[in-house]
Amino acid sequence: MGRAWKFGDDIDTDAIIPGRFLTIYDPKELASHAFEGTRNDFAAEAKDGDVIVAGRNFGCGSSREHAPLALKGAGIEFVVAKSFARIFYRNAINTGVLPLVCPDTDKIADGAEVFVNLKEAYIEAGDRRYPLEPIPEFMMRIVEAGGLVEYAKMRGNK
Amino acid sequence: MGLTITEKIFSAHCKKECRAGDVVMAPVDGAMIHDITGPLAINVMKEMGGGSVFDPKKVIMLFDHQIPADSISAAENHVMMRTFAREQGIHNYDIKEGVCHQVVPEKGRVKPGDIVVGSDSHTCAYGALGAFSTGIGSTDMAYVLKFGELYFRVPETIRINANGKFQDRVGPKDLILTLAGDIGADGATYRALEFCGNAFSDMDIPGRMTCANMAIEMGAKAGIVPPDEKTWEYLRGRTDCTPFSLASDEEAKFFEKRNYDVSKINPKIAVPHNVDNVVDVTEVAGKPVDQVFIGSCTNGRYEDFAEAAEVLGENVFSEDVRVIMVPASKAEYMKVLKAGLIEKFVEAGALVEAPCCGPCMGGAFGLLAPGEVSLSTSNRNFRGRQGSTESFVFLSSPATAAASAITGVITDPREV
Repeated sequence: MGRAWKFGDDIDTDAIIPGRFLTIYDPKELASHAFEGTRNDFAAEAKDGDVIVAGRNFGCGSSREHAPLALKGAGIEFVVAKSFARIFYRNAINTGVLPLVCPDTDKIADGAEVFVNLKEAYIEAGDRRYPLEPIPEFMMRIVEAGGLVEYAKMRGNK
Repeated sequence: MGLTITEKIFSAHCKKECRAGDVVMAPVDGAMIHDITGPLAINVMKEMGGGSVFDPKKVIMLFDHQIPADSISAAENHVMMRTFAREQGIHNYDIKEGVCHQVVPEKGRVKPGDIVVGSDSHTCAYGALGAFSTGIGSTDMAYVLKFGELYFRVPETIRINANGKFQDRVGPKDLILTLAGDIGADGATYRALEFCGNAFSDMDIPGRMTCANMAIEMGAKAGIVPPDEKTWEYLRGRTDCTPFSLASDEEAKFFEKRNYDVSKINPKIAVPHNVDNVVDVTEVAGKPVDQVFIGSCTNGRYEDFAEAAEVLGENVFSEDVRVIMVPASKAEYMKVLKAGLIEKFVEAGALVEAPCCGPCMGGAFGLLAPGEVSLSTSNRNFRGRQGSTESFVFLSSPATAAASAITGVITDPREV
């Protein structure tokens, strides 16, 4: 269980982690600047198990992988959104933050207690369950390997 | 059934027929890394087991975002990348050549039909030369550096058919802003854009670069202009490739087709804080600006500065505006210099900086304070992009930027 951090449409990677922090690579340090200036309570209060719940086109903009790393450093394991920008989607999977598509995110309020059941593909908020769309099969192979680094290691050892 | 350009490029690389929707492992012809996302890619490659890069001749390295080093941590990243380049035998352009998306085509590192990836979202710019090029993250880049290939989902294509002649002082940037406004920030997600029609065949390569560059602002994976005589002319002397024909089959399956008459397009501006918030310049005319930036991979070429100079004429820039101009590469800088434009701009009150990304991403210099307004020829106006999250970034053509820099307020370039 964790709390939902609710965001709107078109949350860009400059908002997730501003350009001036891109010389940092440590997820925890990046997390201390996540959403700096646009949502300052996030870095202060987000904790393990919390979930980002957003509208359309989450993660649009720059290819900076610092964005999913900053979320990972804040303890975020899942981002549930109506849709994702393409590069962020891949970066999130590669770095071990799961982007999950759910058309019903409008029904989940900021601060709600939420729980993601990946196996049965739903997000629970209050007493309601909202279905999650499956991750494409070829991306799931990377997820199951434990991310692209592990996938590459498996390949490298073949 | 016919194939789109994108399907043809993937089919040629995978040596089998590839259709939109297929997931394929495709070899790449080039992989570009820069000072912001490169260090992370190099670190992740080491985590993957390290070893040699797939082909040092196909790896393009340069520094452009934070140059000359604007902090000790940036300087350390540069050192780390230089060391990697030396160890791996990669040619490093370092801080000397300019912005990645200008340098890669300029140095002949991309040609029509190639698949090129870069750890920068605006890598789609090389579609201006008929390549399939796309931005990827650092972990995907680490995989590419090690194995020379990457998973792709072959995208469906949205064909943009633009015809007609632009009005005076209206051009490619106004067209691509129009498209961003119509298609929206996620309207082309997972798709490729294909730019056709006589507006594109009449357009010079710099104009095509402006358009292809901003495909990502609609979520697109690529933005491709079919190669033609102008493309081959640009590549002559830069690469040893010989002309060949590469175009979508007329009976190819397109996701969508959109038609535009460019003669009807007025000067456009994207207003804060999204690239698809596009209106006619006249709708926000009169708004005071604190800073004008002409440059970036979108509009930092000689032609962009010539356009600004033409609008400037015998005027000077407003006392109330900081005008920052940054040619996108050493070669473009030299063209602007030799044409006498730097002298003209400096005398008119501008700061002309050495080639780099400049204020575009709010890193190296030219940051905005709370409440300040910037008019920029770059490609993004997200909240906080160029400094304070309480500042405001507008995006326009070089002509509109120059006109506004003269008057100190947002101005239609046809009115100066």
